[in-house]
Amino acid sequence: MPGKLKVKIVAGRHLPVMDRASDLTDAFVEVKFGNTTFKTDVYLKSLNPQWNSEWFKFEVDDEDLQDEPLQITVLDHDTYSANDAIGKVYIDIDPLLYSEAATVISGWFPIYDTIHGIRGEINVVVKVDLFNDLNRFRQSSCGVKFFCTTSIPKCYRAVIIHGFVEELVVNEDPEYQWIDRIRTPRASNEARQRLISLMSGELQRKIGLKVLEMRGNAVVGYLQCFDLEGESGLVVRAIGTACTLDKLSSPAAFLPACNSPSKDMKESPLVHPPSHGCRSTHNSPIHTATGSRLTQNFSVSVPTLIYTGMGSGSAGKEGGPFKALLRQQTQSALEQRGGSPHRFCRRREFPFFTLTAFPPGFLVHVGGVVSARSVKLLDRIHNPDEPETRDAWWAEIRQEIKSHAKALGCHAVVGYSESTSICEEVCILSASGTAAVLNPRFLQDGTVESCLEQRLEENLPAGCGFCHIPYDELNMPFPAHLTYCYNCRKQKVPDVLFTTIDLPIDATVIGKGCLIQARLCRLKKKAQAEANATAISNLLPFMEYEVHTQLMNKLKLKGMNALFGLRIQITVGENMLMGLASATGVYLAALPTPGGIQIAGKTPNDGSYEQHVSHMQKKINDTIAKNKELYEINPPEISEEIIGSPIPEPRQRSRLLRSQSESSDEVTELDLSHGKKDAFVLEIDDTDAMEDVHSLLTDVPPPSGFYSCNTEIMPGINNWTSEIQMFTSVRVIRLSSLNLTNQALNKNFNDLCENLLKSLYFKLRSMIPCCLCHVNFTVSLPEDELIQVTVTAVAITFDKNQALQTTKTQVEKSLQRASTDNEELLQFPLELCSDSLPSHPFPPAKEHLESASSNSGIPAAQRATSVDYSSFADRCSSWIELIKLKAQTIRRGSIKTTVTVEKASPMSEGNFRNRSAPPCANSTVGVVKMTPLSFIPGAKITKYLGIINMFFIRETTSLREEGGVSGFLHAFVAEVFAMVRAHVAALGGNAVVSYIMKQCVFMENPNKNQAQCLINVSGDAVIFVRESELEVVSSQPPTANCQSSCPGGDVTT
Amino acid sequence: MTNELDIFVGNTTLIDEDVYRLWLDGYSVNDAVALRVRSGILEQTGATAAVLQSDTMDHYRTFHMLERLLHAPPKLLHQLIFQIPPSRQALLIERYYAFDEAFVREVLGKKLSKGTKKDLDDISTKTGITLKSCRRQFDNFKRVFKVVEEMRGSLVDNIQQHFLLSDRLARDYAAIVFFANNRFETGKKKLQYLSFGDFAFCAELMIQNWTLGAVDSQVDDMDVDLDKEFLQDLKELKVLVADKDLLDLHKSLVCTALRGKLGVFSEMEANFKNLSRGLVNVAAKLTHNKDVRDLFVDLVEKFVEPCRSDHWALNDVRLFLNQYSASVHSLDGFRHQALWDRYMGTLRGCLLRLYHD
Repeated sequence: MPGKLKVKIVAGRHLPVMDRASDLTDAFVEVKFGNTTFKTDVYLKSLNPQWNSEWFKFEVDDEDLQDEPLQITVLDHDTYSANDAIGKVYIDIDPLLYSEAATVISGWFPIYDTIHGIRGEINVVVKVDLFNDLNRFRQSSCGVKFFCTTSIPKCYRAVIIHGFVEELVVNEDPEYQWIDRIRTPRASNEARQRLISLMSGELQRKIGLKVLEMRGNAVVGYLQCFDLEGESGLVVRAIGTACTLDKLSSPAAFLPACNSPSKDMKESPLVHPPSHGCRSTHNSPIHTATGSRLTQNFSVSVPTLIYTGMGSGSAGKEGGPFKALLRQQTQSALEQRGGSPHRFCRRREFPFFTLTAFPPGFLVHVGGVVSARSVKLLDRIHNPDEPETRDAWWAEIRQEIKSHAKALGCHAVVGYSESTSICEEVCILSASGTAAVLNPRFLQDGTVESCLEQRLEENLPAGCGFCHIPYDELNMPFPAHLTYCYNCRKQKVPDVLFTTIDLPIDATVIGKGCLIQARLCRLKKKAQAEANATAISNLLPFMEYEVHTQLMNKLKLKGMNALFGLRIQITVGENMLMGLASATGVYLAALPTPGGIQIAGKTPNDGSYEQHVSHMQKKINDTIAKNKELYEINPPEISEEIIGSPIPEPRQRSRLLRSQSESSDEVTELDLSHGKKDAFVLEIDDTDAMEDVHSLLTDVPPPSGFYSCNTEIMPGINNWTSEIQMFTSVRVIRLSSLNLTNQALNKNFNDLCENLLKSLYFKLRSMIPCCLCHVNFTVSLPEDELIQVTVTAVAITFDKNQALQTTKTQVEKSLQRASTDNEELLQFPLELCSDSLPSHPFPPAKEHLESASSNSGIPAAQRATSVDYSSFADRCSSWIELIKLKAQTIRRGSIKTTVTVEKASPMSEGNFRNRSAPPCANSTVGVVKMTPLSFIPGAKITKYLGIINMFFIRETTSLREEGGVSGFLHAFVAEVFAMVRAHVAALGGNAVVSYIMKQCVFMENPNKNQAQCLINVSGDAVIFVRESELEVVSSQPPTANCQSSCPGGDVTT
Repeated sequence: MTNELDIFVGNTTLIDEDVYRLWLDGYSVNDAVALRVRSGILEQTGATAAVLQSDTMDHYRTFHMLERLLHAPPKLLHQLIFQIPPSRQALLIERYYAFDEAFVREVLGKKLSKGTKKDLDDISTKTGITLKSCRRQFDNFKRVFKVVEEMRGSLVDNIQQHFLLSDRLARDYAAIVFFANNRFETGKKKLQYLSFGDFAFCAELMIQNWTLGAVDSQVDDMDVDLDKEFLQDLKELKVLVADKDLLDLHKSLVCTALRGKLGVFSEMEANFKNLSRGLVNVAAKLTHNKDVRDLFVDLVEKFVEPCRSDHWALNDVRLFLNQYSASVHSLDGFRHQALWDRYMGTLRGCLLRLYHD
């Protein structure tokens, strides 16, 4: 008897009128947990009943505590007929099961009905008394903490990062059971909600068990998803990163120890097999269907590209990536033939990490994006012993990812995520991540097999180390163009870097970043079963290729050289495939300056055509120049011809003059500078290509004062203020079905996304200057001619004045760089390093800062001293004259200014806070902030209260009366927000971080006046304290008064 | 390509004040978009008309959803669906319950019934206020009326408590409720020169002095209904004009006191008996409901118009009324001094307010 759950029903308010005659309601409440139900008394004739019930006590296993939700049903008593349900509240009591989180759940919960939406509120108090459980063979995993946050949570320290944990459970979808034909939509929806709640509880418990086996105590980057497979069932799957976390306040400060999962396996082979060998679910309340109901009878694996530095050089349509693709295809085909699915099954540990940001020193090198997709046919299988399951499918894909990573010389994959897209019976499984080499201090033996080279042992230069290639230069997995690192000049770097992770905080970035999207549609014939799957898998490689090309073009157009947070979504529909890639482009100081885009015509003799081409070329060059200005990309001009030599060439002056960013009108010159290898040639050989070029230029930059990115933080902005506004926007467009072409489709899709962004900028104009962070686009194809795009993001304001200051320093820097002479070139890395520090948008904590500074300071000094002066001097004669031509007025002086400005920044930050205090700021008690980010600007998270993972269904049979589809969905999304906030508030929290809307499935039938929507959201409930309030506590009398009025900086208008 | 569905939901509900005003003014989405375009917002923000349309639709949807809560403003404060900062909540409520002067003058004193509601079409045409806005304003009046009609305690306090209005707006609503309940005629042509503020001022004085609440603060309807007993008693004042001696004495007292102080002394002297008869007869007639309704018509006819035709200055009116009321205390044969004060104190205030062009 490990636990006692106690529930008290206090009161209700704003109940709906259930009795038309009296305009009142006779309400009572049923409290159900597992199979036990309690009832309150009927509170007669009131819309605001005061039940004030006794404590209802449930004595239950902790396993049930983890799996089951507490179900509270509010009903209207009816003497003569059946009692009418008003609505329900499901409460996940998991946060009460670990000691550091919430101790009581108490508050007003919206009473939710799947047909009517929110109908009043109910005040409930829930407590759990846990008894110590000494049973070693327990099935529960109480005490394992879960975090959606994909970095080490702010008030914890990672002692050990164990690695990948995953699990999935399967069941029949109640919506498709025979009984659904005779029950009401409400009953069916509720059955579904309850089942999913149960399944997520079970899933979480099982993941927890795995974590305990690894000797971990937490899961970070927990991502749980639902696959609604229709007839074939319902899959709930989750991945995460097992960690051992230590609360930061605790005094224990031992060094990160190393403990790998595989080592564990060796030590305790007796413990492991049960969980690994079979995933059946003994003790599960829904074990009938698990694991064996679904299978494939058809599967096509589509090995996909490895995105790294390829694409440079003259990558025309026949360029390198395609070859790489083919190579990968053959390779994995071989692999597929080689091993039976059984061999993949669970024997291997996957060195995957769902984290996107890491403790300092964890990430050593980044290889590039690895991704794999596989097309499967869903089919209900009648033989329950069929070994092929979803597990095997995913294992296959993970195996592929692993081998891709290996090909890149990496032993791990970070920023790993998995997703599916389902249309009828076809399912695309996708996985992607960033191949990386991790610090062996965190991960010792086991997972690291062969790739750990001596490279790791050397002291890593901060700010550029992760850019250095992990693979062997002579044996590159794809054609890439390597140069020496522009920062440390010791290691090779690719010319372009794509990753799925957040920008490492110590990375040296020049200018600001921006959101870059590649959008693509491909028509496909309607087909059935295998033919359909084959058609899709044939299309996939082309889509991947094109998405990649678009990304590359747009990146170059922005004058940037790296992508972070890359997320490529391929969505399958009845008659088309959609690809949407989002990433944040930045200019990494360590990578070479990107070359421009050169347009080449096929028919050079035609005069007018020639003119057209050169006109286009000019437009492109202008755009690049404009973008460089917009994003403040003023890289130090360093020659690119330094391969094989650590010494910079002196030709940067002349190159500067010729480079297109400086002189866009000198088209002929451009050809010279880009003709060799750093230009990206686009051949316009047909109208399609023309369209492509046009579409490149249609992307409109955000209005001034706006920035956007899909990563946590915006590179180059470091003065966030406290005003945040999280939002969800959904758009569905109907395509005119007549003569759809790929081109028209692309245009429609492109317009949809661009218009959506424009609308967002307009709506949030009152927040200017602000940045849209963590912009997350999701595309789905609910019907033949419908495209649905869902966007969730957060707008954060920042201080313009400070931004100006940083620009100024940047201008100064560039000025200084313009006057660079040889000495300053040597100092340059050092200076950059120290610059990078204050540009941390959010110095997480004092100690972090200190460690970071010591990290970056030392290697920088080393670098400065390690430069080879003798060889340097040899080259001097060739360029010393050039330097003489340059005015050298600003040199050291400018360095000083830089420093003083940075020193001044904390003060002006204080000033700013005073100004930002809203005029009408009274501490509104009920305000709950929501953000997809892992932090809250200007505030410190003091406690994590537990994971929020909610699933809602809403249905209507009176669509018109509820304001049509928009009215219906608008109300539902608002209700979902309200329920999330209510749960967080009841846990004692005031914010949700790492909030994500994982699913928003919308179906309509306007003819029947019906619509249905499913929404799945998750996040971490936290308590935060404003930094200003913290300061007040730490006795700062002069600032105390004005800053105490800060909370409540809410968005309006 | 058409937008089948298009929504934006913020964790903090976005409220655009300009769009809110357009919505309250009853403009359709298309009209609102057109008006916004005319305001030059596209040039300021670089947005397109489509963006504006989508934005306006979104706001309208939000307001539509909020409207249900605005009908019972305390609900807006406690609801969980829309996270709105308190200052914004107050703004939403205040603006929602605000009304147009032109509109309120049309319905002031009318029964807030279906019949009146049917006339809203005409009011809309006459005032140029959209029908939608007229309906909202009418429904607001009616809703407030229904809630506070039979409530104990101060009318203004009740309105403030149940509708969370500002003090000023709550007072206005108290006047509207008071007028609607007593059905005072305000629409006659000769009353057209009066503003809502004039009536509201009178209503406040009457609520303070002439209702049940003025004598006993523990009865139902205390601020809404006039004190019937008081109205009955007013008949006793008739003696002031019926008794010729009393009337002459009253006149001589007033004339003595005002001689040399009044710009229109001779006119006053000539008109005294008429004016006094008018004022006292108004009091004596108040026992009949119909005559209560005509109170303002009578006051204007019997007092304001005669004075105005003789070009009395406002100060002359003030001096006269002061003296006229005060002199009664010196009439030895008159026994209803308290009654007179209760009547004349209020009436004096009202008349002074009503006396303008």
